[in-house]
Amino acid sequence: MSARQKTDGRKLTLYAAIAGLSIAAPFIMPNFYIQLSYLWLMVLFALTWDVVGGQMGYNSFGNIVFFGLGMYVTAVTQRDLYYTINEYATVAGRVDALTPRQYLTGLSLGLGMSAVAGVLLALILGVLVLRLRGHYFAISTLGIGFAAGDIAGGIDYIGAGSGLVTPVFPSGLGERGLFYYFLFLILAVAAFLTFKWIYSTRFGLAINAIRDDEDKAEAMGINTTRYKVLAWTVAAFFLALAGGATGNLIGFIDPVDTAFAGATFGVWMILMAILGGKGTIWGPVIGAVIFQITQELFWTFLLGWQRVALGALIIAIVVFFPQGIMGFVRHNWPELLGHRIEAREEEEAA
Amino acid sequence: MDNLQILLQAPIFSVQLLIDGLMIGAIFALAAYGMALVWGVMNIIDIAQGEYVMLGGFITFSLNRVGINPFLGIPVSFAALFVIGWILYRIVINRIVERDMFVSILATFGISILLQQLMSQIFGADIQTVESGLGTTFIFDNQITISQIKMVSFVLALAIGVVLVIFMRKSRLGRAIRATAQNARAARILGIDTDRVYAVTFSLNAAICGAAGALVVMTWVVQPYMGLAYTVRSFLIITVAGFGNIATVIVSGLGLGVAEIFAGFLLGTEFQMAFIFSLLVAILVWRSIRLRRKRQVLR
Repeated sequence: MSARQKTDGRKLTLYAAIAGLSIAAPFIMPNFYIQLSYLWLMVLFALTWDVVGGQMGYNSFGNIVFFGLGMYVTAVTQRDLYYTINEYATVAGRVDALTPRQYLTGLSLGLGMSAVAGVLLALILGVLVLRLRGHYFAISTLGIGFAAGDIAGGIDYIGAGSGLVTPVFPSGLGERGLFYYFLFLILAVAAFLTFKWIYSTRFGLAINAIRDDEDKAEAMGINTTRYKVLAWTVAAFFLALAGGATGNLIGFIDPVDTAFAGATFGVWMILMAILGGKGTIWGPVIGAVIFQITQELFWTFLLGWQRVALGALIIAIVVFFPQGIMGFVRHNWPELLGHRIEAREEEEAA
Repeated sequence: MDNLQILLQAPIFSVQLLIDGLMIGAIFALAAYGMALVWGVMNIIDIAQGEYVMLGGFITFSLNRVGINPFLGIPVSFAALFVIGWILYRIVINRIVERDMFVSILATFGISILLQQLMSQIFGADIQTVESGLGTTFIFDNQITISQIKMVSFVLALAIGVVLVIFMRKSRLGRAIRATAQNARAARILGIDTDRVYAVTFSLNAAICGAAGALVVMTWVVQPYMGLAYTVRSFLIITVAGFGNIATVIVSGLGLGVAEIFAGFLLGTEFQMAFIFSLLVAILVWRSIRLRRKRQVLR
């Protein structure tokens, strides 16, 4: 058996183990549906941030804007498909407000609409903002993320500052937690496979070239603007879908705390990607899993002070561990990741 | 846009808004000057900028609660924030000074979250203010009201700015800071302890913001989550004004204050913050489009 086949076999076992564990998890731990769904959401967050931030070198603080947009578009579609705003206020919270069929139609149509909206917004914003580089890009995306929350908090049609309630999950569709767990699982896996495929194509090479030296990439004939906008659009597509699903999972949309939560989700996605290792495919996944577990532990044991502890954690990771777990592994045990080191091979030959 | 009618029918009201804007703008300019200092000397964008303003406000607020005159809060906040800045520099900032700017943005974002959550735990998330005990002046047949504390804080903000400029121009330490900003390596060769210069610069910035915060709590309100708006305002002022010139920083600060007050009045106060954030993005995009014509990029 050659080394190649051996690693392939090992990889297959790893994938099978992860798949088995993911499907079995909600049945093993039935009380943790929401936390487990959040785990997949975090994986998706880290992966989508890493396309633009890690692989392309554009450190965005405003990706949350697509998430929030998706959340609102889905909820408004679900609402307006069957009710007017005033009627909705009277039926909101009732289990029998929608039949299972209506609920599924509303949800899928809403998710579809939010994906379209997210892609459109990414195209528009991308053309404008992706011209900026470095810290100007970072700060302007930070501004966009927080502006979106303030604007959403001022529009009455979407509930303004008092928020928006999503339709209640009807009885007859099975367990609500299970339904959303698998929705998030599918979204995260779809995102992972999409990005894995993207990074293996010319597109992946192009965005890596932009990260390494944008001017040279442009000089080589790469249409950098098109690649940059497209990469952001792919991230926005998944974020908008995830936003729509999260709104329904939580059941209530607050403009600043859930939808455009720049100070929580918005920073976490960056942190998770860095913790796992920027610019790798597995890094964001590992970072997200570790972060989500840490975060839940903070929440359980430091009630009230968990946000303070998270702030300290951000500083600690960024300052002391910027290379991330994958970077650490690559530096210390490169052969685990399939990197060959010339000197060592020569030693073996001798 | 209903309020536009009011302005058209009673033009005197826009004078009122103009004065309010100028008074607030002076405080923005003060915070922005601190950011320009850190950015220019250390090449760090400090997202926690607004949190120092908030801390200064809460220090003055606590002093006032135990019965100390809030005006004494200005020097106390200045001193306290200098110490806090020094501690932050020793623990965190000295490790990120010569690193990528993204690392500094993210690390200071962490500091910002830490400080705002800490304050929220200690003081609660409510809005707090301090009564300065000064009255109100009426001008133009009582049509325009100016609270005297706003005038005092306007003058104080400008005075602190002037003292800083003199410090930077004349004192030995100020010269060392400027030398480090021009070329850190050359400064080190000439015997300047750049690590100490960085520490002083960072602490001085925190201290300036602390003093600004003491003024904010007297003229306006403070609350734990207000910081980011001040950071973005400072960033906005510096991107317009550049680092070098204090005069342009003050003019842009005053201009931003006026623009913000008018926008808040015309669009509704709920969109005032959104206006600032959008203005920042609009200015940056506009500048990058103009540079694009010359085949350059904004760096």
